[in-house]
Amino acid sequence: MTRGARAALQQAGFSRRDFLKTSGALIVGFSASHSLLHAQGGGPTPGSPSLNQVDSWIAIAADGSVTAYSGKEELGQGISTAQIQLVAEELCVPIERVKLIYCDTALTPDQAHTSGSQSHPANFNKDNLAQAGATAREALLKLAANRWAVPVDQLTVADGILTVKNNPSKKTSYGELVGGKKFNLTLDRKAQRKPPSQWTVLGQPVMRPDLPALISGQFEFVHNVRLPGMLHGQVVRPPAVGATVIGVDENSVKDMPGVVKVVVRKNFVGLVAEKPWQAIQAAAKLKVDWTPGAGLPNHADFYQHLRNQKPTRDTLLVDSKDVEQRLAESASVLNATYLHPYQMHGSVGSSCAVADVQGDHATIYSPTQAVWYQRNTAAMILGLKPENLHVIYRPGSGCYGLNGADTVTYDAALLSQAVGKPVRVQLSRKDEMAWENFGNAYVIEQRAGLDAKGNILAWLHESWSPTLGNRPGPGTPGNVITGLLVGFEPEPLVPRSPAPDPRSYNNGSNGVPSYVAGRIDGANCGTGTIKSERVLLHSVRSPFWTGPLRSPARIQNTFAHECFMDELASRVKADPLEYRLRHLSDPRLTGVVKAAAKAANWDARPSPKPEVRKTGIVTGRGIACVLYEGDNGYSAMVAEVEVNQDSGKIAVKHIVVATDCGPISNPDGLRNQIEGGALQGASRALMEEVTWDDQKVTSFDWATYHSLPLGFEIPRIESVLLNRPDQAATGAGELSITLVPAAIGNAIFDATGARIRQVPFTPERVKAALAARA
Amino acid sequence: MSAITLKVNGQSHTLDLDPATPLLYALSDDLALRGPKFGCGLGQCGACTVIVKGQAVRSCVTPVKAVAGSEITTLEGLGAVDNLHPIQKAFLVERAAQCGFCLNGIILTAKAFLDKNPQASDQEIQQAMSTVLCRCFTNVRMLAAIRRYQQETAR
Repeated sequence: MTRGARAALQQAGFSRRDFLKTSGALIVGFSASHSLLHAQGGGPTPGSPSLNQVDSWIAIAADGSVTAYSGKEELGQGISTAQIQLVAEELCVPIERVKLIYCDTALTPDQAHTSGSQSHPANFNKDNLAQAGATAREALLKLAANRWAVPVDQLTVADGILTVKNNPSKKTSYGELVGGKKFNLTLDRKAQRKPPSQWTVLGQPVMRPDLPALISGQFEFVHNVRLPGMLHGQVVRPPAVGATVIGVDENSVKDMPGVVKVVVRKNFVGLVAEKPWQAIQAAAKLKVDWTPGAGLPNHADFYQHLRNQKPTRDTLLVDSKDVEQRLAESASVLNATYLHPYQMHGSVGSSCAVADVQGDHATIYSPTQAVWYQRNTAAMILGLKPENLHVIYRPGSGCYGLNGADTVTYDAALLSQAVGKPVRVQLSRKDEMAWENFGNAYVIEQRAGLDAKGNILAWLHESWSPTLGNRPGPGTPGNVITGLLVGFEPEPLVPRSPAPDPRSYNNGSNGVPSYVAGRIDGANCGTGTIKSERVLLHSVRSPFWTGPLRSPARIQNTFAHECFMDELASRVKADPLEYRLRHLSDPRLTGVVKAAAKAANWDARPSPKPEVRKTGIVTGRGIACVLYEGDNGYSAMVAEVEVNQDSGKIAVKHIVVATDCGPISNPDGLRNQIEGGALQGASRALMEEVTWDDQKVTSFDWATYHSLPLGFEIPRIESVLLNRPDQAATGAGELSITLVPAAIGNAIFDATGARIRQVPFTPERVKAALAARA
Repeated sequence: MSAITLKVNGQSHTLDLDPATPLLYALSDDLALRGPKFGCGLGQCGACTVIVKGQAVRSCVTPVKAVAGSEITTLEGLGAVDNLHPIQKAFLVERAAQCGFCLNGIILTAKAFLDKNPQASDQEIQQAMSTVLCRCFTNVRMLAAIRRYQQETAR
């Protein structure tokens, strides 16, 4: 999106994420058709608190305490703490006086999903919560100024007390001025945010207020919600992908203790019991006849299958229309194909929800990322009016995107409706893992032409990625398994080939490499210098559910871009750092690259290392960088690895991450996200992969889906934080993870001269790549 | 069903349970404790861990009859918000959490191990902690907190 377009939308009261969600044409890849539904829905849910009213965001009580309302929730990423700091800062009150309420359809504004690294940009810039805070502060100052008939600049405000500068006896509190009353004010776009140079609370490493309760086992997760008379449900999922119900033998569990009811709706099968263990045992015993599954493509040649899929939905992100010509003129041309598997969210706690459906009303406790969309889609599932549903967010286990949160909420709602009592459902490990919406698999072909001096003349990127379902939007309960089982369809893949010419620049999925100009309508919108460019994406139908997984599409594309850049540098015997800088034009991206290299004491020379030994343990370093989503945070990473060439095992020894996400709201929370992202990225790069046989998913627990445990030999991690108080706040939670597979892959190449183009870098794959070395 | 007496965090509770019921359900549902959590139900992730006779035990695969009468400690039994146990304090000082769902298993597994092996090397701690998962990958801070607890109790 261009700056002008964004400004126009913001004027119209849309945040960037609203735009991304509502603009079907600009969304690419996995979320293409999803956005069309939002376009029909058109922004926040009718009846939700207006985003333009201060009262939707801020309330001041008679005692001067401040309640803030947000549509961006705590998922473990620390955003609730930063939002409390923001409100305390803008209103000049101590953080202890601010209470934050988030994601409750009876109370909070509809800010769509808490996802996509959008909370920081949405609520910390010139809209929404931040602007409500600034508007409220200015309104309070004006009220006091009017009361004493002095100019506003004669007032000071601290600790929620307003004082006349030269007459300190004239003072009043927020509570006295507006306590318990509404502001009745529209968000004032001219209200001044407090400049970062004056911050005393925001920007500080404030500790998360929920930490003591978490550490002492007092914290209420959704798993701990207990309602009077609550029963326990379990679901019985199909034994194979595409299997449908022939019949259910309710008698098979009629003698089981505690069983209350067997519930069947089309292909949804579940039961309710008095106690959780009774429900689990009965669900295991319930006899259900299923049709055979639809059959699954062979795992061993899945990437070839993907590449041959028809129909496709094609999207061009950039096309200078001269790529073939420039490639023909090039002194040399390089090709490489990169492969990325389906991976899982794999939350450590399986998903859970509690629903209480009473007649035509329902109260639902859900770990969903979007309470308003959950309200609307659960209403469709239940056949009730959306306004009769009250959805309250309660934290689940960390989700990293679309885990089982929405689907289990439908499960609980369906079972509660069937028995007319509150029902809690926590999915079994297998039901969570076999049916969650996996992060997308990818086949990515890269092609580039080099001139005689070794500079890149042209870059061509073409990818294939399978899609089925997504996060439920306002009208798409069929985007997750339970919705389909009761008869709703997932968003269709609308075929489109050839792709239309791009009308505006959108690099939300990081399909466009950092090194090309990103030229649209005569303007360079990208971060690089290469003028001849084409990026073409093919979405194809997935046999498995797919959905956003931390750094969706961005991690896969960045793996391919940043490794391929390394291949090009190696071909012309250039230092990978210098070669990157040579092809970058964006000073902030260059800034993080240089900062990471400096902190890592970068060893400037071409890769691989000279005179690589072909046996035993060798070491190497790799670099990677990204402007996340094309406009949402800058990061660069240097990884140092040890490769055991006999066992094929990779040990990551050292990771340096440089981050520029605009003004830093909480450096401790930021570091926590950077560290967690780096190690989650290492687990995914080294071992995580969804597997299946001809009927069903076969990676459905921690013995069959491999994750690094707590006690592996963790690398030393250094975070370099580049604070940019003069810039807009961007996302930060998905920056470091995006770079890990590429940085590790490049370091393996540096150490060994073997290029691994397929994630995960398992010992078998490493050994195969080593054996294939020239 | 039969009457089973569980001693949890210093209190005795007599419950009417199927003796094969995994301990986790007695703790989290009959006793409404929030510390032990269902993560996998297979003893693979550690989220359900409790300490019985000094050992970290996976309550999701331990029948109540096997621990009846034994002293069972859950995370809330270590220390409350206003009276944290030294290992909980170490986690607070290191700010070692993201979503926090795994904390129960991480803290209790580390405590049971270090109380028996106060001189454990980094490698031995790693080995002991390779049986638990934090999918937010708060490893850096959690391992720092575990070492902090080890060092502070050694003094």
